Amino acid sequence: MGIFDPIKGFGVTFSTMFKKVVTEEYPEAGAPAAPRYHGRHQLNRHPDGLEKCVGCELCAWACPADAIFVEGADNTEEARYSPGERYGADYQINYLRCIGCGLCIEACPTRSLTMINEYELANDNRQDLIWTKEDLLAPLLRGMEQPPHPMRLGDTEQDYYVDAPRLARKWGYPDPVKGEAK
Amino acid sequence: MGLEERLPNGILLASLEKLVNWGRKNSLWPATFGLACCAIEMMTTGAPRYDIARFGMERFAATPRQADLMIVAGRVTNKMAPVLRQIYDQMAEPKWVLAMGVCASSGGMFNNYAVVQGVDHVVPVDIYLPGCPPRPEMLLDAILKLHAKIQDEPINAKRAALKLERGDRTPMIPSSVKYAKK
Repeated sequence: MGIFDPIKGFGVTFSTMFKKVVTEEYPEAGAPAAPRYHGRHQLNRHPDGLEKCVGCELCAWACPADAIFVEGADNTEEARYSPGERYGADYQINYLRCIGCGLCIEACPTRSLTMINEYELANDNRQDLIWTKEDLLAPLLRGMEQPPHPMRLGDTEQDYYVDAPRLARKWGYPDPVKGEAK
Repeated sequence: MGLEERLPNGILLASLEKLVNWGRKNSLWPATFGLACCAIEMMTTGAPRYDIARFGMERFAATPRQADLMIVAGRVTNKMAPVLRQIYDQMAEPKWVLAMGVCASSGGMFNNYAVVQGVDHVVPVDIYLPGCPPRPEMLLDAILKLHAKIQDEPINAKRAALKLERGDRTPMIPSSVKYAKK
């Protein structure tokens, strides 16, 4: 303990004045997250707007917190929501239970369920934190059409699962990643 | 309760309500109730990087009598529930409760005999914050949404009845949208 120690201590305080502020400007500068951050879920669509979810319930089975409820139903020729036989008629995620582990994403066989970077989910009642299919479905991008409608890319679901990018380009649908169609 | 119950309802009281609520929301001192991993995120929110003091929450009170907001961070066991209730009862009115994380909101993935399935079984919850654990931005978002709720709170029983009649609810706008830089 020397005489100059108190002054040294203030030296730390003084030098801090010239350092960059570490505080995140959270609400003003948006809500940043890492690209693969586990935010809320999204139910994706095929390039023509049909839903990718086939109602297989694998996400619900994978969920360790029992946060997901899925009820599948049969597609008919009059009302088609997804290519193939079945679609997810009722889809609910209870965000009061969801722990954001991403096991549902790993379980999804059609890449229908993914997570996006939104995370500002706080709400003042339990009812509004159970998200239903309307809340979770991806927005309709350019060239997409609100289901139910017939399969536009091909005749069978195999066209969607095996060859969708090529067929989407062939029929002139915009690329969801790169943007505009050629 | 106090003087405000005797005041006539009108322009004066509406302005007084705004002033009182403005005061209340801008010096909302939290009582720590860290029970599990969410408490780590809560501590981070108090640290310089997220700096909860920007929103008038200077310190986490370890004494319930000096606190206005109880942040229940983590799972509440059946054994902890009476303690939690006692802390809540010791807090002075007006007081608010924030259920931080899925465990406090609904029991989360701990759906078993030891854990209370949502802290709202024990105390009235004003805002639910999902996430496991929620990142500090999510806690700040929940606090800012609670601020918006406090700003809309009626000051006395008569105005509370009027508000109930109108059926007003505070909109839960994501903070990064609400406070975005123009």
